[in-house]
Amino acid sequence: MNKLVYLVPLFPLIGFLINGLGRKSLSKSLIGIIGSTTILASFVVSVFLFMDVKAHGASVVTAFNFINIDTFKVAFAFQVDQLSSLFLLIITGIGFLIHVYSTAYMHEEKAEHFGRYFAYLNLFVFSMLLLVLGANYVIMFIGWEGVGLCSYLLIGFWFKNNNYNYAAKKAFVMNRIGDLGFLLAVFWLIAKLGTVNYADVFAAANTLSKFDVTAITLLLFVGAMGKSAQIPLYTWLPDAMAGPTPVSALIHAATMVTAGIYMIARSNVLFSMSEVTMNLVAIIGLATALLSATIAIKQNDIKKVLAYSTVSQLGYMFLGLGVGAYTGAVFHVMTHAFFKALLFLGAGSVIHAMHHEQDIRNMGGLKKKLPITHATFLLACIAIAGIPPFSGFFSKDEILAAAYAHNPIYWGLGVAGAAMTAFYMFRLYATTFLGNFRGTHDQEHHLHESPKAMTIPLIILSILSVVGGLIGIPEILGGHHELHHYLSPILISEKAHHIEHSTEYMLMAISVAIAALAVIFAIVRFSKKPELKDATGIAKAMENKWYVDELYDAAIVRPLEAVAVFFKNIIEKSGIDAFVNGVGKFVNYSSRQLRLVQSGQVGNYILIMVLSIVIFILLWFYDAGIIRLVDKFF
Amino acid sequence: MIPLLLILLPFVAGILSFFVKSDNGGKQLALFFSIATLAVMLLGLCVFNQSAYHHFDVSWLVSLGSRFTIGLDGMGKMLCLLTAISFPIIIAATYNNKYKSSNNFYALLLLTQAGLMGVFVAMDGLLFYFFWELALIPVYFLCSQWGGEKRIAVTFKFFIYTFIGSLLMLVGLLFLYYKTPQHSFAIKDLYNLHLAASEQNFAFWLFFIAFAIKMPIFPFHTWQPDAYEQSPTAVTMVLSGIMVKMGIFAVLRWLIPIFPDAAAKYGQLIIILSIIGIIYASLIAIKQDDVKRLIAYSSIAHIGLMCAAIFTMNSIGLKGVMLQMFSHGINVIGLWIIADAIEQQLGTRKFSELGGLAQKAPTLAILLVVLAFANIALPLTNAFIGEFLMFNGLFQYNVYFAAIAGVGIILAAVYTLNMVQKVLYGNTTTITENAVEISGNIKWMLAFVTIMILVFGVYPQPMIDLTKDTVQALIK
Repeated sequence: MNKLVYLVPLFPLIGFLINGLGRKSLSKSLIGIIGSTTILASFVVSVFLFMDVKAHGASVVTAFNFINIDTFKVAFAFQVDQLSSLFLLIITGIGFLIHVYSTAYMHEEKAEHFGRYFAYLNLFVFSMLLLVLGANYVIMFIGWEGVGLCSYLLIGFWFKNNNYNYAAKKAFVMNRIGDLGFLLAVFWLIAKLGTVNYADVFAAANTLSKFDVTAITLLLFVGAMGKSAQIPLYTWLPDAMAGPTPVSALIHAATMVTAGIYMIARSNVLFSMSEVTMNLVAIIGLATALLSATIAIKQNDIKKVLAYSTVSQLGYMFLGLGVGAYTGAVFHVMTHAFFKALLFLGAGSVIHAMHHEQDIRNMGGLKKKLPITHATFLLACIAIAGIPPFSGFFSKDEILAAAYAHNPIYWGLGVAGAAMTAFYMFRLYATTFLGNFRGTHDQEHHLHESPKAMTIPLIILSILSVVGGLIGIPEILGGHHELHHYLSPILISEKAHHIEHSTEYMLMAISVAIAALAVIFAIVRFSKKPELKDATGIAKAMENKWYVDELYDAAIVRPLEAVAVFFKNIIEKSGIDAFVNGVGKFVNYSSRQLRLVQSGQVGNYILIMVLSIVIFILLWFYDAGIIRLVDKFF
Repeated sequence: MIPLLLILLPFVAGILSFFVKSDNGGKQLALFFSIATLAVMLLGLCVFNQSAYHHFDVSWLVSLGSRFTIGLDGMGKMLCLLTAISFPIIIAATYNNKYKSSNNFYALLLLTQAGLMGVFVAMDGLLFYFFWELALIPVYFLCSQWGGEKRIAVTFKFFIYTFIGSLLMLVGLLFLYYKTPQHSFAIKDLYNLHLAASEQNFAFWLFFIAFAIKMPIFPFHTWQPDAYEQSPTAVTMVLSGIMVKMGIFAVLRWLIPIFPDAAAKYGQLIIILSIIGIIYASLIAIKQDDVKRLIAYSSIAHIGLMCAAIFTMNSIGLKGVMLQMFSHGINVIGLWIIADAIEQQLGTRKFSELGGLAQKAPTLAILLVVLAFANIALPLTNAFIGEFLMFNGLFQYNVYFAAIAGVGIILAAVYTLNMVQKVLYGNTTTITENAVEISGNIKWMLAFVTIMILVFGVYPQPMIDLTKDTVQALIK
């Protein structure tokens, strides 16, 4: 059964090739069918794999030797286990829905670009599957950079717009900064252990020194910061919203940006060994969660709100990882994939209906015109706000409980962030769907619910957002936490919570109450009177993302460019080159002088000849002496 | 026999080409013979792969202690294969370019190929020097006769640089010659010279500077962007695809085995210079406004990494260098083909005048994107394996060096994507408005390069195995 694992990445690869090469000759409907069915096929195989793992446990399937030099080997091998099979389901399942959705959403594109879009999207799924399926860090890195490439191509999909191209480039370059950390960690592993296979690395992990483990995990975490948009490498993700909205749903919400969480969960054996790293992961995660939540509160672009919300939710996942709640983090990856994909697709449906309008100040009252979009969007908002028994509640609660056990302050800040989450989500919801319509007359005239290819994925995702949490009901609420049991062979289980059951009930009640209050406050505040005026004071700073982009520009980008100009104009041109040209001029000059020696008088020639011979003979005799002379200089 | 044929075929074809009268004759001759050379090379690798076919030895300048000894080891095979594959690609991709007295152009090009093959197979010091010059001298003429506006000044600079290098090397060779007990240039005798530390320390530099100029590494590099920019593109491809490998090759074949102690002693200094070069060239590349100059600086950065990896002297780094010599050659030729296609069609290489080509020429756009990502060593392109191994070697040598050099991979993404964006994306300009799709030879040659990039990116093992023996010998 597990031999079939090849098929999982193979189908999307085939889809990529067919759509990529045939984009000019295939019809749009055929392209859409090929693009979607390949992912569906992968999903079916993934389901079988999932069952197989559940019944028979994990295995590693090797395809061929990728790099084989005597000192170390890297096999092109696939890891079929609990963690990867879960991610396979998320990637191919949500991937399939988003492919179907895209067939309608991208329908305005010319066939050629439609084909290009699906080719990229298939390639993305292929890379993402490699990332989670790889049985060693090198294969993971291949997928890791591959998804970065697809992200780049899809953010800049509408390549005529140079702002989009800048956003694409920014995403790739910031990811590369993280990738360097990842690579250095891999080199470190190779230098110390001579292997990159998960099984071998984790088995030998306790032979590593404390320092090595800390360095390796910190470097891996740098990689995760880039891919999963954490402080300080998060600013690319909001800009990445330049891409088509289904891309934002798939890549920049549900799958790729969770790769960092996957990587740390996968390496939990290593991370658990370094307290320094764990603390840093938790702090960075929490700080990111809070910072981006404050920014999300003041954004007016529907996709920007969701983007900062994604950054914030990713921060929660890192908080979970940092406090050792690996299952909680993975759980949140899953529920977040459901409701955030749904939110983005819902936003897409709105944008589609509004003819590419993204500013929520020009929306309002869409509830009546877009009933399905409205209902599903609302469900997703409740899920992300953490209202029970929706999915977001269970996963967020698990992370917050673990955070409390680790440090009550983490819990307090986490709840504050959760309150902000509930607030900005319902601000978004109320401004968009409630109240009166504020757009142009023309827009109002054309308002319509999206076609079935878009609404059916919305409905499926909304069901998942509602019930998705049920696989992880904690024991104190009478559940069995199936997910926890399923993942337990891979993830070190978190340290036993030293929390009384009564305390846990209370924590839960407080966080739910605060979130509910925030929801109500936001609805009351924004449904009648949305924020339409420009922000001032501190709100303006929030709207402008705390000017972090400007800061990076002034502190890093511009100084670097100044150095580059200095190298180019001063050192290269006036320094080295001028010197060389000087030598050239000197040679030119002296040869002109030297020409005078060739006077045609035989006597002179003979004189020079004799002199030269004398010098040569002298050199011959004293050659040892010259070497000694040269010695002194070297 | 194989190495002899590799030299003779292009050499004879080159001489013949001087006497061809018709306009296309030289071209056709060159294409035919370069393909024949490739066929010989492939036969040598696959069919006649016993070592008897790979060595050849006749007496030559006996009175000087030099013999015509040539042979193919792993590294030689790799680089001869690179040369043999590259020339048909180069000739075919620039097939439609017009040159005045084109038979002479192709004659000189073929002579260069003969010289390059000779350099890679020579197992005798004097012979090596001879081929080194044979490869270089035609390039001076190619550049000065068929180059761009500033060709004379640039050729002069190029000449001064390489000529100084050559002279130093000649002095070094003569020094070695006198040091051998039997006064010989044979590689075996040179390898068996156990020079005193003091002798190594100075003779090392005579050779190293010659090779450093050829590679080139910082600060011996300023001839390169000018020469690449001003040479006709076919020559630029030869220069950057193959000829810079001469420098790296020579360090591995002639420098390190003969001066092991000095190489160990100065290794760190050279690695530092190389790393400075990586960062320096990458930063300058970010600020270029010319496709050719950008590729030139990018190439300097790549070569810097190779040079640094050589002097780590560990097996993993050296294997990376071997692999990367081949990959870099193929990839950079691909980039030049694109640069040339753009320049031939639109008459400009300036980013400020380009843009929007993805709308007009999607095939060109796709191929350029593949090449660009190979240039930044994305996994599953051929360049990744080489860079991965080289960085590994560097890391094992010194963690901080690897980290600093690693900044180069970030900067590489910056300048390469700059190029992609400014050439392909955005709106068309008045110049690119009428651009048309690439076709014919250019398209097929680029497709071929792209296939090689992907095949060796997914399955690099044959290439790794090819040079095993050389790395083994070097480590010892």
